[in-house]
Amino acid sequence: MRPTRTKSLQSHSLAGWLMSGPALALVTLFLIVPFLLAFWFSFTNQRLISPNPTQFVGTSNFEQLLGVGALVLEPERTEDGSLIVSETGELSYPRVREFTRNNPDYPQLEGMREWFGWSWGESKVLVLARDLVFMKALTNTLFFVAVVAPLQSGIALLLALMINQKLRGINVFRTVYFMPVVVSIVVVSLLWRFIYDGRSGLLNNLLQFLSFGQFQPIDWLGNPDTAMFAIIVMSIWQAVGFHMVIWLAGLQNIPLTLYEAADIEGATAWQKFRFVTWPGLRNTAVLILVVITMQAFALFAQIDVMTNGGPLDSTQTLVFQAVTRGYEQQNIAGGSAISVLLFLIVLAISLFQRYVTRER
Amino acid sequence: MKSLRLLTTSLAIATAMSTAAFAQTELTMWYHGAGSTVERDLINTIISDFNGSQSDWTVTLQEFPQAAYNDSVVAAAVAGNLPDIIDVDGPVMPNWAWAGYMQPLQLSEGALDGFLPGAIGKYNGEVYSVGLWDAAIAMYARRSTLEKFDIRIPTLDEPWTREEFDEILATLKESGEFEYPLNLGMADQGEWYPYAFGPFLWSFGGDMVDRSSYQTAEGALNGDAAIEFGEWWQSLFTNEYAPGTSQDMADHETGFIDGDYALQWNGNWVAVNTLNALGDDVLFLPAPDFGTGPKIGGASWQFGVSATSEHPEGASAFIEFALQPEYLAAFSDGIGLIPATAEAAAMTENYKEGGPLEVFYGLSEAQATLRPVTPGYVFQALEFRKALSDIANGADVVDALDAATDAINDDIARNNNYATAQ
Repeated sequence: MRPTRTKSLQSHSLAGWLMSGPALALVTLFLIVPFLLAFWFSFTNQRLISPNPTQFVGTSNFEQLLGVGALVLEPERTEDGSLIVSETGELSYPRVREFTRNNPDYPQLEGMREWFGWSWGESKVLVLARDLVFMKALTNTLFFVAVVAPLQSGIALLLALMINQKLRGINVFRTVYFMPVVVSIVVVSLLWRFIYDGRSGLLNNLLQFLSFGQFQPIDWLGNPDTAMFAIIVMSIWQAVGFHMVIWLAGLQNIPLTLYEAADIEGATAWQKFRFVTWPGLRNTAVLILVVITMQAFALFAQIDVMTNGGPLDSTQTLVFQAVTRGYEQQNIAGGSAISVLLFLIVLAISLFQRYVTRER
Repeated sequence: MKSLRLLTTSLAIATAMSTAAFAQTELTMWYHGAGSTVERDLINTIISDFNGSQSDWTVTLQEFPQAAYNDSVVAAAVAGNLPDIIDVDGPVMPNWAWAGYMQPLQLSEGALDGFLPGAIGKYNGEVYSVGLWDAAIAMYARRSTLEKFDIRIPTLDEPWTREEFDEILATLKESGEFEYPLNLGMADQGEWYPYAFGPFLWSFGGDMVDRSSYQTAEGALNGDAAIEFGEWWQSLFTNEYAPGTSQDMADHETGFIDGDYALQWNGNWVAVNTLNALGDDVLFLPAPDFGTGPKIGGASWQFGVSATSEHPEGASAFIEFALQPEYLAAFSDGIGLIPATAEAAAMTENYKEGGPLEVFYGLSEAQATLRPVTPGYVFQALEFRKALSDIANGADVVDALDAATDAINDDIARNNNYATAQ
């Protein structure tokens, strides 16, 4: 019977195409075509609004985004060659803008801005970026991913282990932990903006109450040092429930007989986790790591609602910049170039993760 | 229930209009004020009066929430679905005119006589849009506070100078009676920044772009005057004279009335509420003079005709019809805006002689300066806002202004110097 059945399935390929047709058409229209368009736009000067025709500009959008330069600043000296030292004992250096603005001796630095630098003996080495906002968005995004991916998957696993027990009322906890996932991220962001409020926010009030009034209120979202961490904490809180459920599904797929066998062998709780649970979660772990990484790279809504990339670009991210440039600044080409770079970064990292976690 | 009722009324209106449309050519109109019943009633009154006054045209209205309006117009323009009549925020108009979304109005001669300069949208020597109203900003203060601290009440002829203003802020700060001496509204991250704070820069002698050519921001946004402005701007926040970018929107709205802020830099649209709360004590003072005269921003929402309209003469006829003094006055009474002509101002409750907001008409007439009239303004506004936020948050003043200047110049270059399409 088997050969005939295969044949009959194969002979209905038209029905198969028809059934997958709507989904394929939508995926093509809303995913594949925009992707190809973005790729093409990133090599042009495409604008959102413009009467001028679109022109092919080669890789200049990418050069603009990725351009970096180095500059060594010598300390300023008096005419007799001795160093100028301020009252506080610091050397004085010329301003970077004297090199980056209309300086014919340094044409390659024109329009660049100071990114970071360090002292090298008496002189100062500075790394300049042509598009400082993009560079900050890039480093912020990488930082966000580097913190969120391990932390969020770890906490999710912990929660999953906790709610994977047969206790009375455990469903209440499952629901509570999962609740933030169901609420729209925009709503969650708005609520957390109130929580983080610098004057009368819930978090400040709580900390003041716990420290008997010793704690000085912090403007969590208004301070460049705390804004990104505030976003990270809130993002993990919001998304952790989803990954908890995936871990939970993985946990429940591990046969109970393995645990029974481990019990008979006299294994401790840690040994059971290390040698039964963790190997059993292997595939789940790979999935969760890849998914969280991708989601973390797409950080946008929280930024849009809570900080708009500020203060001082401390919460700029790649997707936020892509949207801001493409839509607000009407520079579709610039936004597309960022999207293409983001795609390449995520692709490279995902391939790397697949390689590291491959079956050996 | 409310939305259901809204639906039935709009359906009823639509039906009524389509029956009245017999033998009349239909013109469509978009408006940004969805959600405000007062504005809808006012617009609908004008539309039904217009439709009844002649037999050639019939106008139908579609409303959008303000936040989604500009995006809707851009999307419709790309798709080729623009209505005949649109309304447009004054400083955005050159961008849309340049992009080919709008065409010049066909108004009869003298139709705009006596209009406030801020209500007329001119680009490339042609009038593309006209407003029934303008808006103005004033320094809100309490007479009792000023008298208590022995602060001179400034006039249009003799506004506060920079030194005077700095001293006032220091005095108010030292008194310790206020959370902050001045509320600038930094919470409002939209067009507010260029509209409200751009005039400070202009008064210092700087600008967002060199207005003689509109080809570069070099020297205008990062010249000596602009740097002086930037340093003054930063001092407002380092001295804690004004709340910064993370100010709570609710504090912005109620802080002055509650007495948390001594002064407030705000628009005439909150004047009625403030008057109701504080009565005679509230004063609307002119902008301080930072060197080249006191200035405030001009131009609010205006009406224009889309480029794709098949009946521009009908659309212009409607706009001209709407410019009658009684409609200008009705809008002013309804939503508190400044009527665009003196004739209409005399007919309003608030702006007539002796009216509580009369001072705003004078402010608008004397100080209103347009934001740069160039298609690139849309981008320049964003960079200006970013520079001001960054400076307020402690960025290096010169670097922040240089960055904005470079970004603006790059944008101008990317757009072929915003030359009009041949």
